[in-house]
Amino acid sequence: MNNVSFEIPRGGTFGLVGESGSGKTTVGRCILRLIEPTSGQVVVNGVDITKLKRKQMTPYRRMMQIIFQDPYASLDPRQTIKGALIEAIRASGGKLPATEAFARAKRLIELVGLNEDHLYRFPHEFSGGQRQRIAVARALATNAEFLILDEPTSFLDVSVQAQVLNLLKNIQQEFKLTYLFISHNLSVIAHMSDRVGVMYLGKMMEVADTQTIYSRPKHPYTHALMEAIPVPDPAARRQRAILTGEVPGVVHLPSGCVFHDRCKYATQKCRDEIPVLEAKETGHDVACFYANDLNLQPLTLYKMA
Amino acid sequence: MSQVGLFKQEVQIPPQGEPVLELKDLYVSFHTYAGEVKALNGINLTLYKGEVVGLVGESGCGKSVTAAAVVGLLPENGGVKSGQILFEGVDLLRKSRKEVRNLRSTKIAMVFQDPMTFLNPVLTIGEQLREVFNTDKRRLAQAALEYDLAQLREQEAKATDDAQREEIRSRIIHLESRRGNPPTPRRGHKRKVLDSLAIDALNKMRVPDAPRIIKEFPHELSGGMRQRVMISMAIARDPVLLIADEITTALDVTIQAQILELLKILRKEFNSTILIITHDLGVVADLCDRVAVMYAGDVVEVADAESLYAKPLHPYTQGLLRAVPMLTAAPTMLESIAGSVPDLIYPPPACRFNPRCPYVFDLCRQKKPELIEVEKGHLTACHLYTEGGKRQSHS
Repeated sequence: MNNVSFEIPRGGTFGLVGESGSGKTTVGRCILRLIEPTSGQVVVNGVDITKLKRKQMTPYRRMMQIIFQDPYASLDPRQTIKGALIEAIRASGGKLPATEAFARAKRLIELVGLNEDHLYRFPHEFSGGQRQRIAVARALATNAEFLILDEPTSFLDVSVQAQVLNLLKNIQQEFKLTYLFISHNLSVIAHMSDRVGVMYLGKMMEVADTQTIYSRPKHPYTHALMEAIPVPDPAARRQRAILTGEVPGVVHLPSGCVFHDRCKYATQKCRDEIPVLEAKETGHDVACFYANDLNLQPLTLYKMA
Repeated sequence: MSQVGLFKQEVQIPPQGEPVLELKDLYVSFHTYAGEVKALNGINLTLYKGEVVGLVGESGCGKSVTAAAVVGLLPENGGVKSGQILFEGVDLLRKSRKEVRNLRSTKIAMVFQDPMTFLNPVLTIGEQLREVFNTDKRRLAQAALEYDLAQLREQEAKATDDAQREEIRSRIIHLESRRGNPPTPRRGHKRKVLDSLAIDALNKMRVPDAPRIIKEFPHELSGGMRQRVMISMAIARDPVLLIADEITTALDVTIQAQILELLKILRKEFNSTILIITHDLGVVADLCDRVAVMYAGDVVEVADAESLYAKPLHPYTQGLLRAVPMLTAAPTMLESIAGSVPDLIYPPPACRFNPRCPYVFDLCRQKKPELIEVEKGHLTACHLYTEGGKRQSHS
């Protein structure tokens, strides 16, 4: 990951999208300092948390929670759901009487659409969708304000995915949560986010409002990515411009712009110099020398409600 | 717009000629410690020559079991309880293991989701491809003859004196006369011919730098490249039926687009019948002429792609299509299907969708709905459209 910058306003959802190996998960982990960034800052409410000592991090750890992709790996198989929730409640609430902690656990489990009976069960008794609900309940147990959702629905079937996405939207409104939504699924990102950042090989290629980035992308990579989405509508069948080649390894990055070897507009300048992410229009940042000159064809995939 | 028009023409539904594969009242069960899992509950499906059919559904609905039953690769604890699998009019269930195996290597081919499980990790791509071509002796001999002819023609063009040219000429004439009855290739010679066949096959799959790829091992290739290798092996012997089980699921979206494009080219060049198994409604919309939707071991709806997406009939299909996040600026909620997929050891009685169906009525709990034609070419298994049903057509 290299030189990635973005901001998320309180109560907003920032979508981070990219193919495998683009570094989107690494961004999420750096924010929580699960991976220490080599350089740079993570500013939360005006404080740079990368400089904080272990002890000083604690309130921020409570405030920021992460929900992982694999619902089967993120719960302790030998702990009941009640145990998992009360552990998280205690971690944030200090010394709570047992009855009060239990009452909160009950409220939380109901909040995510399960019921009290489920508290006494073990993780193996739940389906993938239910486990993701429990993960959400546990994240809320610490009174989190900021959730990092790392591919929360990619293990789930469409109908269950819809249930979990709806739940996430509901609790966001109810608790004024801020989300960083990481996914490779462009349709899910479009549905959830206000602003979207597109990553490729550890670099942020383009950042813009959801509508702008899906209808008038300025980076050739974003454009190709959007064109590649298979839309569930045979009437929209189209001849697509297919991106040739594959993502090169991250160990030996291409010189200059990391995308140049797959970009049909690449020039010598792209091979030699590294483009920086800068505003090409208000609120539309692009890391491409020619962002304003390419006149990429607007896409019609994205429909206004 | 004009581009769209052009493209539409290309994917026109082929005339429904002779059926290639017919599944009739197929029941498949697995025996587990917990009980009998009734995985396929009497499904009916017909694939016609040259068409691309999508089989969609959520995990556990039986789409992969259907494919496994067709190619005779059901696991030990599973088996066909009753029904027929007619391939080119012949019931595969009445054939011996050996005959089915033989068919699998010639007329029916299958590609799976994870190529790493099906490629041998200790053999090079070339070795594995050569093995496939080596199974077809006649075609190999034919290829060897053509290979020799091409080389002789090259020599002829380069030849300097007349005597030499004359000699090459006579050898060419001799070889051409053997075209219908090609000689068995010499041992050392075979390897070169097999290599050229392997390279050809990879080139057809638009694999860049094929002569280098055949010397590499599977782990040295990317996911997209491995899948291309798998497809080229599958179509090496011009199968009548190609079954593709979730072949783009593990791939990134730009690579997925490349593979989908490849499949479109394939269907044009080879005219084989393709069965695409996927959970991705986008992939189906992009590629298929007709679609069959499965739920909990039943085929609940069959239609051509346009009708299915424009006017889904079965309540499950309707719910499924509404649950997909579309690329729309919608702050709205997605509609989801309440409940979850049933346990197939104790499936719900009659219509297996009845506990989750918003339109459920008494008949749904009493009698299993048959797959019936509601509109031309549009079939569904739902009591809403039968005589006892509330409506003939649901908008």
